[in-house]
Amino acid sequence: MSTQTARTEAAPIDAVLLFVTTGVLAFGALLATALSDDRLFRFHGWMFLGAFVIALSVMTVAITSGRLRSPQTEYADGVVRAGVIATMFWAVVGLLAGVVIAAQLSWPALLYFPDHGWLNFGRLRPLHTSGVVFAFGGNALIATSFYVVQRTCRARLAGGVWPWFVFWGYQLFIVLAATGYLAGITQSREYAEPEWYVDLWLTAVWVAYLFVFLGTLWKRKEPHIYVANWFYLAFIVTIALLHIVNNLAVPVSGLNSRSVSLFAGVQDALIQWWYGHNAVGFLLTAGFLAMMYYFVPKRAERPVYSYRLSIVHFWSLIFIYIWAGPHHLHYTALPQWAQTLGMTFSIMLWMPSWGGMINGLMTLSGAWDKLRTDPVIRMMAVSIAFYGMSTFEGPLMSIREVNSLSHYTDWTIGHVHSGALGWVGFISFGAMYCLVPWLWKKEKLYSNRLAEWHFWIATLGILLYICAMWVSGIMEGLMWREYTPQGFLANSFVETVAAKHIENVIRTIGGLMYLSGAVIMSYNLWRTVRMPSSAPSAQSLAAPAPALIAAE
Amino acid sequence: MWKHHTKLERNSLPLVIAILIVVSIGGIVEIAPLFYLESTIEKVEGVRPYTPLELEGRDIYIREGCYTCHSQMIRPLRDEVERYGHYSLAAESMYDHPFQWGSKRTGPDLARVGGKYSDGWHTDHLIDPRSVVPESVMPPYAFLAKKTLDYRAIEDKIRAMTRVGVPYTQDMIDNAKEDLETQADPFAAPTKFQNRYGGKVLQRDFDGDPDRLTEMDALVAYLQMLGTLVDFSTYQAEAPENRR
Repeated sequence: MSTQTARTEAAPIDAVLLFVTTGVLAFGALLATALSDDRLFRFHGWMFLGAFVIALSVMTVAITSGRLRSPQTEYADGVVRAGVIATMFWAVVGLLAGVVIAAQLSWPALLYFPDHGWLNFGRLRPLHTSGVVFAFGGNALIATSFYVVQRTCRARLAGGVWPWFVFWGYQLFIVLAATGYLAGITQSREYAEPEWYVDLWLTAVWVAYLFVFLGTLWKRKEPHIYVANWFYLAFIVTIALLHIVNNLAVPVSGLNSRSVSLFAGVQDALIQWWYGHNAVGFLLTAGFLAMMYYFVPKRAERPVYSYRLSIVHFWSLIFIYIWAGPHHLHYTALPQWAQTLGMTFSIMLWMPSWGGMINGLMTLSGAWDKLRTDPVIRMMAVSIAFYGMSTFEGPLMSIREVNSLSHYTDWTIGHVHSGALGWVGFISFGAMYCLVPWLWKKEKLYSNRLAEWHFWIATLGILLYICAMWVSGIMEGLMWREYTPQGFLANSFVETVAAKHIENVIRTIGGLMYLSGAVIMSYNLWRTVRMPSSAPSAQSLAAPAPALIAAE
Repeated sequence: MWKHHTKLERNSLPLVIAILIVVSIGGIVEIAPLFYLESTIEKVEGVRPYTPLELEGRDIYIREGCYTCHSQMIRPLRDEVERYGHYSLAAESMYDHPFQWGSKRTGPDLARVGGKYSDGWHTDHLIDPRSVVPESVMPPYAFLAKKTLDYRAIEDKIRAMTRVGVPYTQDMIDNAKEDLETQADPFAAPTKFQNRYGGKVLQRDFDGDPDRLTEMDALVAYLQMLGTLVDFSTYQAEAPENRR
């Protein structure tokens, strides 16, 4: 693509291709916006159009000034740096939305506004879940995957400027999703709320992501594909599959924001939870396991504990996870055979999950002393511990009898957060703490003390959060089924709501602590970036490959 | 075995294909049979597609994210059946594109809320939940009573529903707007509307404001029909065709 001769003569072809594509899309967005009589559709049409016009202007300047070259002797780290910034930004936004809705449930009289529907719990809750799962988690995954795949393949990212399309396209997806929720554009599928045209946009971005990732693998100078890349690949491929099938829908019209799902009732429910549970399995688990498999050995300077265990747990994890969806539908109108299958595989899932936990934790063997001195290693170790805890709790809750108590209650919320705050959050924070000094060529973090503060505030916050949810979840589950000695239901529903007030407040405090930790971290990282650089020379492909060969 | 695995570790395309095969099996085995096993959905009398007004109300229910706190799926457990009514049947959501079973009960289940409270209670409760339930943590929806219902797209919505298999007739599509207005107007002639959607449909001014057709009218109309379609006096739970 960009040979030495082309470099001096013409604009790189990948950039021109992206420019033309963006131009066509901008025209399409203009037409759709002009022709639609749906207010909400026009609102998003304008956003698409604005994004494309900004992209066109930026690209015009960049192409004419010759900045969009892709020198094959250097890693493409600009897009990873942008990813780190986006990850921290969306972490704060997503967590803040969580704190706000937790506070709304604690003090409803204060925090609701009768005439401003867009600030109600029902609209902010998807903003929180998508903000944390897709904006924070998704950006962390894209950024780290771009970093890891280059280092472990010893090759620059494939596709020239297209990794930038993946990055900005994904941010546009997030902004469309978030503003859509506030404006009331949703298809009400949990964790897949964006409407059909946003889904199509994400599909395009995701396919580009897959090809950038695969293309980099094809360029690799290492014969062996490192284990982290198997997990990233499984995450990218499976999320594509889940996203497409779960979002199959017929738009009300080509110029209307609403669509109707292709499926109905019981089939729709199972497809949604097949998707929902595997968004957990492949985005929040496989993707972050990939992160663990690179950053934990790298930071601890120890090889991965067991190569064979990584093979066994990789294949068993991705095979078994996909079956577990029906445990979200115990005792519903879903046929019982499907519920039983889902429960059986959910229990089996315990083993490959703990395979990953053991492989991650035991990688620290020989480096345990670092837990005392390095808050970043400690954060990653605790994240793996939370992974182990929540992947034990999950199979427990998937047992029908346990589920009859836990389903519909706060226990589920607590379970999700021990995974999200403990596992996903901490492993991502650990990776970001590693990445910032590496990417901005600093010797170390600005302050280890601030990282210590972050670690302890956030850990205590998680513990407050999940303990409060265990108490309130089990309490409300028991209260719903409590009978008086005369054989009548003991509690009206609203009594169980009132009983949870204290737990709701504790949950809000826990969430606020976790958010404070993320704010402290952002400050710490920002100061790290602003420190004087230590290593002047850019890290080039000629540098020796990281010592990451798994122990045989 | 470990030696064979090396091939996957060194070739990305076989690795992608192997991943795709491995992750497809579970979904196919669990989901595909639901589309052809006849026992998946019970045979019951009474389930009909939503009327245009109910459909608009359902879209407001979706828009406001009601599903984030309210389930519409009563489990066959003693306390739930006593608290909410007969456990939910698959047939009752067979025309729900998408389903609204929910996953969390921050508020109570709504699968059979239809007819349990008066229209006035619903309107008051939606405008200010704490005026009727002091301990409630539900957000207020006062703006629904002020917003005129925008039903310009109702025909397109119903037509889209027919494309995914909901048995609306051409007659229903052609008269969607008229039926919608009829249902919210207690003085309109009900005959044609009832011919299309059955004699049990509710026809009245739902939000207590007869001058305007508001979003509140549509939402209350939807809430008041939830779970009321199946005639459980004739439903045989133990009949062989309904045992699942």
